[in-house]
Amino acid sequence: MLLLLLSLKHPWPWYVSGPLIGLMVPALLLLGNKPFGISSSLRHICAACLPARIPFFQYDWKKEAWNLFLVSGIFLGAVIAVHWLSDPLPVAVDPRLVSELSGYGIHPTHALVPGELFNWPALLSLREFLLMGVGGFLVGFGTRYADGCTSGHAIMGLSNLQWPSLVATCCFMTGGFVMANWILPFILSL
Amino acid sequence: MGSIRYSKYLIMGILFGILLVKSEVISWWRIQEMFRLQSFHMYGIIGSAIFVGMISIQLLKKFNVKTFGGEPIRIAPKSFQKGQIYGGLIFGFGWAMTGACPGPLYAQIGSGATVVISTLLSAIAGTWVYGRVRGKLPH
Repeated sequence: MLLLLLSLKHPWPWYVSGPLIGLMVPALLLLGNKPFGISSSLRHICAACLPARIPFFQYDWKKEAWNLFLVSGIFLGAVIAVHWLSDPLPVAVDPRLVSELSGYGIHPTHALVPGELFNWPALLSLREFLLMGVGGFLVGFGTRYADGCTSGHAIMGLSNLQWPSLVATCCFMTGGFVMANWILPFILSL
Repeated sequence: MGSIRYSKYLIMGILFGILLVKSEVISWWRIQEMFRLQSFHMYGIIGSAIFVGMISIQLLKKFNVKTFGGEPIRIAPKSFQKGQIYGGLIFGFGWAMTGACPGPLYAQIGSGATVVISTLLSAIAGTWVYGRVRGKLPH
């Protein structure tokens, strides 16, 4: 029992967590014919809070309220995981990445997002504003323009053998590669 | 009545949130490793999730499984438009900057990084601006 609890507290390996994430797809279909997808929650929030007579937000978002319950659950699940299942050890990070990022003053701790970059006062500096403010904007704009995110296209779409989702997933990865390897070093050095 | 109907999705979300934290998918570090090809972890997770999802959908279709409510399972097909290219690239940029796709945004906030609320608000703003300028963009 103690051993089980200990192994629950460690980070779960990909071959455990990946298949469990994949089971979200049939679970949501069986529970109520819902397609697995997260980014549409952002659209429902716009439709609910600030539709501003924009046709894209004129629909009955209450019919999609299940999606808002799903993302509220994600928030709560994370609260549960860090309070009762958290690992006291620092995040294990590839040594090449550690040495690259230590050059920008960023070091691995037990936190999953580096506190040097992601903290409230840092929002006022250019580097962190770009990462959170502009980065967040690109996530919201891009996912909606692409009509889906990692869950909706990469997992749900590819699971259902949809080729447009393959195009989208390849573009997600290409954008990420370009940003992480060629643009991000410039932003981090600001 | 509504709250009972929706509680199952809340519970699925809680399970997914725990998974996102414990698998470290919400880790900014893991996303950086993925885009630098320094770790197999994220590829293993996404790949095995797709594999399990694919087998599940094939089985549901093959055996004509109904939902728990007795309806036939329907999955809307994805239709191609150029947004999947342009939007996909734009989202990829944001993913590598924030270290989060939309699901992990909610989970990062829950994990205690409250400042990610500002990233989430920016993402909502990005979605809103897309809705606003949609007609002028190539699709």
